[in-house]
Amino acid sequence: MTDMTTTYVNLAPSRAEKFRQRVLPMILFALALAVIPLFGPSRTTLTLMNHMGINIVFALSFNMLLGRAGMLSFGHAVYLGLGGYFCVHVMNWIAAGSGIWGAVPVFSMPAFGFAAGALAGAVIGWPSCRRAGTPFAMISLGVAELVAAAGFMFDSLFGGEMGISADRMGGHEFLGLTLGPLEDVYWYIAFWTFVGVVGMYAFTRTPLGKLSEATRDNPERVEFVGYNPQRVRYLVFIFAGAFAGLAGGMSAVQDEIFTPENLSLVPSGAILIAAYVGGIRYFTGPIMGAIVMTYMGSNLSDYTAGWLLYLGLMFVGVVMFVPDGIAGVVYGTWDIISGGKFREVAGSWAIRLLGLALMAVSTITLVEVAFRWSDGYGEVFEPFGLALHHGSLLTWIVVVVPFALGALLLRQAARAENEVTT
Amino acid sequence: MTGEALQLIDLKKSFGPAKIIQGVNLQIEKGERHAIIGPNGAGKSTLFNLISGRFLPTSGEIWLNGDKISGKKPFEINRMGLSRSFQVSNIFTNMTVRENVRCGVLYSMGYGYSFWRNIGNLREVSEKTAAILEDVGLIDKAHLPATLLPYADQRTLEIAITIAGGAEVILLDEPTAGMSHSETDRAVALIEKASHGKTLLIVEHDMGVVFNLADRISVLVYGEIIATGTPEEIRGDPKVREAYLGEEVEEGVPA
Amino acid sequence: METVVFALLNGVIYGLLLFMLSSGLTLIFSMMGVLNFAHASFYMLGAYFAYTLMEGSNFWIALFIAPVLVGLAGMVVERYGLRKVHARGHVAELLFTFGLAYLIDEVVKIFWGRTAVNYKVPELLDFPLFTLYGAQYPAYRIFILLVAILMLVALWYLLRRTRAGLIIQAALTHPHMVGHLGHNVPMIFMMVFGAGCALAGLAGVIGGNYFITDPAMAVQMGPIVFVVVVVGGLGSLEGAFIAAMLIGLLQTSAVSINASLADIFGFLGLAGTSEVGGITIASMAPMLPFLLLVLVLMVRPTGLMGDREV
Repeated sequence: MTDMTTTYVNLAPSRAEKFRQRVLPMILFALALAVIPLFGPSRTTLTLMNHMGINIVFALSFNMLLGRAGMLSFGHAVYLGLGGYFCVHVMNWIAAGSGIWGAVPVFSMPAFGFAAGALAGAVIGWPSCRRAGTPFAMISLGVAELVAAAGFMFDSLFGGEMGISADRMGGHEFLGLTLGPLEDVYWYIAFWTFVGVVGMYAFTRTPLGKLSEATRDNPERVEFVGYNPQRVRYLVFIFAGAFAGLAGGMSAVQDEIFTPENLSLVPSGAILIAAYVGGIRYFTGPIMGAIVMTYMGSNLSDYTAGWLLYLGLMFVGVVMFVPDGIAGVVYGTWDIISGGKFREVAGSWAIRLLGLALMAVSTITLVEVAFRWSDGYGEVFEPFGLALHHGSLLTWIVVVVPFALGALLLRQAARAENEVTT
Repeated sequence: MTGEALQLIDLKKSFGPAKIIQGVNLQIEKGERHAIIGPNGAGKSTLFNLISGRFLPTSGEIWLNGDKISGKKPFEINRMGLSRSFQVSNIFTNMTVRENVRCGVLYSMGYGYSFWRNIGNLREVSEKTAAILEDVGLIDKAHLPATLLPYADQRTLEIAITIAGGAEVILLDEPTAGMSHSETDRAVALIEKASHGKTLLIVEHDMGVVFNLADRISVLVYGEIIATGTPEEIRGDPKVREAYLGEEVEEGVPA
Repeated sequence: METVVFALLNGVIYGLLLFMLSSGLTLIFSMMGVLNFAHASFYMLGAYFAYTLMEGSNFWIALFIAPVLVGLAGMVVERYGLRKVHARGHVAELLFTFGLAYLIDEVVKIFWGRTAVNYKVPELLDFPLFTLYGAQYPAYRIFILLVAILMLVALWYLLRRTRAGLIIQAALTHPHMVGHLGHNVPMIFMMVFGAGCALAGLAGVIGGNYFITDPAMAVQMGPIVFVVVVVGGLGSLEGAFIAAMLIGLLQTSAVSINASLADIFGFLGLAGTSEVGGITIASMAPMLPFLLLVLVLMVRPTGLMGDREV
């Protein structure tokens, strides 16, 4: 027994490793959340930050399904929406102040959202988790349509097209936060983002969390070590619904309104894109994706009417060429730099970056010119003093030449890499 | 350790018109090491799939330690103390070696679908996992992703996952297929150690392994058992010779 | 009586259109294992291509050319997109087509604008064919019926009577075996994907002016086609046909029923003034396919005709 205990100690990560890999990132994350208000962010920035927090929790909950359990859902917003709707109702009960509701702090909304999301997951997951893979994906889509359609039908529950709004200041002060000013809401969101992220990280460390990964890798083998893969999926589905509901509760306080639109396929697709672009194989991937996508969604739309198209292009590009997403690129780069191999790859990276930049120039020109042409207002795309009219030869040179050059460079780089590896 | 660990009663399985298993009767005593041999396509793997619940029998019954298991799901059968390995390595590819074995340990230690415990704090799970890794000789590779293991180590991992749950009845489907001689020797030693005090049912093409390991042997030809007996009896059985006549004895030939 | 007959006719037409879409999807899915999320986007492309072609020529040319163009677009997508992500499994393929649907939506908005285009029924067919119970029935709808039946017969003939059909049928039941027959599998995949998309395009050509041609038509049609395929049983053409007709009839007849839930369940004490009681069957029509989906899956997870666990 004695040497068994020593091997056990050897296998488990040391205290220092655990601290470095698990505790330290959490402390840094908490610190980052705490430091942000010191910079005196504007109202717009605060709102953006708050939405980032909501989307971080939402994207991570989505990835409990796709990344961790291999379940592709097209209707994950249903659980955020139902959790959020429940919270909006609770907030209104609190504002009415009748019975025990008067004593409930608005600060606790995400807990209610969590419960409602879990319940929704438990009810809807029952018929939908009987199939895995592609059928599961299609069923999730059908269920989302059904719930969204029901949302438009039952006005007393969902408020019809106008939705249901609530007042976040309706309840008692809690921890010195009235939740009136945006700064208060920021602290509220920061607290629950932290809770959600830590909670979902902890889930990956539980037996069920590990079994969900095993079920993703090899559902058949799971059956032969004593587990029912359907049951594993169902339980994971409930938790994913619950954490989405948590995000719903955060959103209910930030935006003070929920509409049936929140249940629909549109936000479900958006979170799928955010999580995937971030990188579903890494725990931190969806966090990065949520931050980038929220930022793009709020800022890029000011610059260009074609931002949805850029988003789609980016998503397809990631699916085709960078399946590990932003996190994969970040960690891969870090590995290379910390491994001291930067010099070896610097040349090919420069070529790649140049190729990508050229293709981006071409694509952006094409999209921008196309949008101005289709609007029909006679506007002309004028970058850097150039006037790129859709009919002029210059425009098409700017579209075709960089594209061809970029494609050539990328192909060259890929070929060179193949030669190195083989 | 008396009585039957595994009992097959008039077991039949057809796929459409093809009758793959045509009435197999077999009793395996507790603690016995039993090998099933036979030419390719005789239905050996199908038999394993029936016993472990992967396929439902067309007719007939299977009993494990006095409980009927035919008709039950694989995970139910596994929980009742029967564990199997696969001919083609069937591991959790994106997990480390240690995580693979741990998946095999968890259910048997009562942690089922637990979502309120930190897996790192489950001391007895970690100890059992480490002990198994030590036993099978994969302890040095514990932190490697399973996909990066060389072939023979993947086969070993396959066995490690199978025995991890502490099942009393173990089914191994061609555990040494595709291994070199030295690798096969090591695998046989491992199987001997792992099946100590347990009931073992093994499908194997390597006759050296079979005659070395088995207490009794059954010969399966075209879905029927034509002979069952000790290695000596089987060696001398004219029916067995006839069945293998015209075929090369498949010593060391991978399936 | 007249509502019943009209609902029946419209339901059959809608069902056949649904089948035209879902048959292509089923073929692609059964052979390649790819659930083409963008399938309804190709349907939309069919309608828009026909609209543009009609401006330069006439409807009859568009009827033949537009589906071919859509099929070619599908082949390009398969060759240069899907094939690249194929090695990474079905979820990657599904995500690719999801992104593609997104892109096609945006591109359509650029080329044809965000509002509906005036894709009209050809003048030749723009007359009431017959009058039933005092109500006129447009000739174009019967034309849709004929085209759909013609397609049905052609598909049946192709699958049952030609060599290509035999290979496709073999691939439907034994997807892994086709490669062993010595056929060029990537080529077959490309052709099947193209053909499936062309069928969707044809549905778009004849359905775009029956319904409405706008950038939302893909998003509206897509989920319903998925429901048809799942309810029918993945990989089953017969199942897809039954499910398409079922949903077509269900939805069109529901639209014409003005009864409310209170009228039906009044005997249970449901009042017409209550919120649930006040819901009419007609307003529930868009929900019915999805309700059917959930019901079928609870009773029979493999779908009506499916026997294959995927």
